[in-house]
Amino acid sequence: MVADRARRVLLGGAGVLLVLGVMEAASRTGVVDAASVPPATEILSGAVEMAADGEFGGHLGATVAAWLSGVLLAVVLAVPAGLLLGSVPVLDRAALIVVELLRPIPSVALIPLAILVFVEPGRVERSLVCYACLWPILLNTLYGLREVEPVAKETLRSFGFGPLGVLLRVSLPSAAPLVLTGVRIALAVGLVVAVSAELRAGGESGLGIYLLATQSGGGRPDLMLAGALWAGVLGLLANGLLVAAERRIFRWRAVR
Amino acid sequence: MLEIKGLGHRYADGHRALTGIDLGVERGELVCLVGPSGCGKSTLLRCVAGLLRPTEGTVTLDGNTVDRVPDGLAVVFQDYTRSLFPWLTVRDNVALVLRRRGLGRRERRAAAEEALAAVGLADAVRKYPWQLSGGMQQRAAIARALAYRPSLLLMDEPFGSVDAQTREDLEDLLLTVRGGEGGMTILLVTHDIDESVYVGDRVVVLTGAPGTVHTELRVDLPAPRDQIATREHPAFVALRAEVGRAVRRP
Amino acid sequence: MTGKEGVAGKEGVASEAGKVGLAGRARAVRGFVGRIWLAVLLLALWEAAARAAGDLYFPPPTEIASTARELWWSGPASRLFLSDKALDDFGPSLTHLLAGWAIAAAVGIAAGVAIGLSRVLFELLDPVLQLGRAIPPPTLIPFFLVVFGLGTEMQVATIVFGAVWPVLLNTVEGVRGVEPLYLDTARAFGFGRATRILRVVLPAAAPRTAAGLRVALGFALILMVIAELMGAGGGIGAHLNDAERGFLPTELWAGIALLGLIGYLLNGVFLLVERRLIGHHRERQD
Repeated sequence: MVADRARRVLLGGAGVLLVLGVMEAASRTGVVDAASVPPATEILSGAVEMAADGEFGGHLGATVAAWLSGVLLAVVLAVPAGLLLGSVPVLDRAALIVVELLRPIPSVALIPLAILVFVEPGRVERSLVCYACLWPILLNTLYGLREVEPVAKETLRSFGFGPLGVLLRVSLPSAAPLVLTGVRIALAVGLVVAVSAELRAGGESGLGIYLLATQSGGGRPDLMLAGALWAGVLGLLANGLLVAAERRIFRWRAVR
Repeated sequence: MLEIKGLGHRYADGHRALTGIDLGVERGELVCLVGPSGCGKSTLLRCVAGLLRPTEGTVTLDGNTVDRVPDGLAVVFQDYTRSLFPWLTVRDNVALVLRRRGLGRRERRAAAEEALAAVGLADAVRKYPWQLSGGMQQRAAIARALAYRPSLLLMDEPFGSVDAQTREDLEDLLLTVRGGEGGMTILLVTHDIDESVYVGDRVVVLTGAPGTVHTELRVDLPAPRDQIATREHPAFVALRAEVGRAVRRP
Repeated sequence: MTGKEGVAGKEGVASEAGKVGLAGRARAVRGFVGRIWLAVLLLALWEAAARAAGDLYFPPPTEIASTARELWWSGPASRLFLSDKALDDFGPSLTHLLAGWAIAAAVGIAAGVAIGLSRVLFELLDPVLQLGRAIPPPTLIPFFLVVFGLGTEMQVATIVFGAVWPVLLNTVEGVRGVEPLYLDTARAFGFGRATRILRVVLPAAAPRTAAGLRVALGFALILMVIAELMGAGGGIGAHLNDAERGFLPTELWAGIALLGLIGYLLNGVFLLVERRLIGHHRERQD
C-alpha cells in the first residue's frame, strides 16, 4: 500500500518534470515557435510572478467570488426544487423531461442574451454560472431520489413517521451522495461559464478580463498560459476538496 | 384487538394477491402466518401495517379502521439489507425510530444499546450495517423493532437469513419479550412450519393464489417452551404434521 | 424465498403485461402524457405570460419559432427548406464542431490506449492529465488567439483541447479495466500486439470510450459557441453576436433554441449509433 503510493507520487512527479522538459526542449530548439509557445520555465516563472503580483490575485479573486456564489445559489435553488419535484410522483417524471429538454442548450449561448437583459457584466456572469449549475444538481437530485430504496422508506413509515420525516431522514441522506456528485460537476461547469462570460461580457476584473487584456496588450503567451494553469489548479483544488468531503461524509458507502 | 374482515387486494397491474381473508387476533397473542410463496403473506402484512390500502374488506385495530400507519406499530421486513439505513450506525438506526417515542437523545441511545445487547450485538453498536454479516443485520433490525416497544409487532420472515443456532436464540428472545410487561401482540410471517408451531399461540395457514385462509390451528403446548423438550413433545409433532399437510395440500 | 409480493414483484408483472395488446398501448399513451404534460404546460404559461407582458426581451415561444423558421427554414424544398442564412450559419459551426470532435476522438483514443496499456506510463502521466482536464478550455482562447489569430484554427483548437480529455481519460480507464484473461487468451492464440489492441482492447474498452465521446460531443458544442462568440466570420455564434449588437432579442432566442435543438439531435444521433455499434455490451456504463 505505502510502497504503491510512494511509487505513484514518485512517478507522477517524474512525469510532470518529463512533460515540462519536453515542452522546454521543443521551444528552445525551435520545434515550436518560442514567441508564441514559450518554454516551460518561462510559463512557470510567469505563474510564480503572477502569484506574487496583487493585480492578478485581484482578477482571480473576482472570478472565484462569482464562480462560488453562482454555484452556491444554484445549490440553494436546485436541491430543494429537486426534493420537491422528486418526491411527488406525478411531478417527478414530467420534471425530468423538462430538465432533459433544457439541458442540451449550451449555457454559453445565453451570454449575448444575458448581456442585453442584465447589462452589468458581474450580474451577467453570476446569473449564467447559476443557470448552468442548476441542471447537473437538479438532475442528480432527481435521479438520487429515484434510487432510494422503497423498503427503507416503508420502514420509517411503519414506525409512524410522516412524509416530511421520511423525506428528510431517508430520501435526503440516501440521495446525498449523488447530489454531491452533481455539485462537483456544477463546479467544473461553473468555472468554464464564469471565464466564458468574462471573456465575452467584459467587466472590471476577472481571470478572463486579465487574459484578454494580456492578449490585446501585445501578447505575453507565458502569462496567458500561466493564467490558464492557475485556473486549472483552482479547479483541481475545488474538486479535491469536495472529493475529500465526500469520503468523510459518506464513509458508510465505503464497501457497498 | 386486530380484526380483519373480507380482506382482498388486487395490485394496479391486475395481479390479485389476496381474497376474502377473515382473521381476528387477541391482545397479547402471537399468531403465525404460514403458507407457500406467492400466497400473499407479505401483502397481508402490508395491509395490516397501513402501508398498503386493500382493495376489498377492512382491517380494524382496537375498533379503528386502519387507513394509515397506526400508532404503536413496528415492522421487521424480510428485506433487512434495505430496511436498515446504510448511512447510520447500527445504534443510530435503532435510536432514530425512538424519536417517535418522545425520548431525549441520551435516552434514545441508552435504549438502543440495551436492545442491541439483548440480541447479542453489544459490540457492534458503532458499526455501519455493511460491516455486519447478514444474520447480524437481521438481528439489528429485530432489535430496532423491539426497542420501539410496539403494541403490535409485524414480522415478515424475520429469521430467514440467520444460522440455525442464532435462529433458535432469536425465537426464544421473541418468546421472552412477548411475555414481558405491555403484552405485545405479534403477527409473524414464516414459511418454516416448525418455527410457526414452536413460537405461535395459533398458526394460520394461507394457501392459493390469490391467498385465502385454509386452516387455523390453536397451539396448546406447555409453557415455558424449550427448544429441545417442546420439539419432542407429541402434541408438537402432531401439530407440525397437521400444518405441513395443510400447506402442501390446498 | 417466499413472500416476494413486494415492489419488485409488482413491477415484473407490470412490464410483462405492458408488452401486449390494447391495454398496453393505452398505458403507453398514458405514460407519454404523464411525462410530457409539464413541459407543455410550462410552454403554454410562457406563451401566455409573454403575450400579457409584451416585454421585448421575453418574446412568446410561437414568435421565436416563427422567427427561427423565417431565418433558417424558408429556403427551397430541394434544399430541405434551408435558407441561405441557414447554410451560412450551420455550415461553419457544424464543420468546426465535428472536425474538432473528430480530432479529439482520434487523439484521445490513440493516447488513451497507449497510456492505459502501460502501468508506468499511466502513473507517469496521471497527474499531468488530471491538471490538463481541470484547465477550463475558455482560458486558453486568448492564447489561441495569439497563436492562430481569429478564425477556424483557433476555434477548432479550442474544441479539441476541451473535448480530448473525456475521451482520453475514459479510454485510459476502459483499457485499464480490460479483463487480463481476454488478453492472455488472445496471446495464447498467437495474436500479435496490433491485433490484440484492435480485436480485444478496443472493443472491451468501447463502452467507456463511447461514454467519453458523448460527453466530448457536449463539450464540443459549448466550446464551439464560446469560440464563435469571441468573434468569427460565420456560424451560429456570429448570428448571436449580430442579434445582440442589432438589438434583436427574438433572433437571439431563436439562436439559443436552435443550439438546444442541435445539442439534442447530436446526442440523440450519437446514442442511436452507439446502440447499434456496441449494443452487445450489456452492462450499464456511466
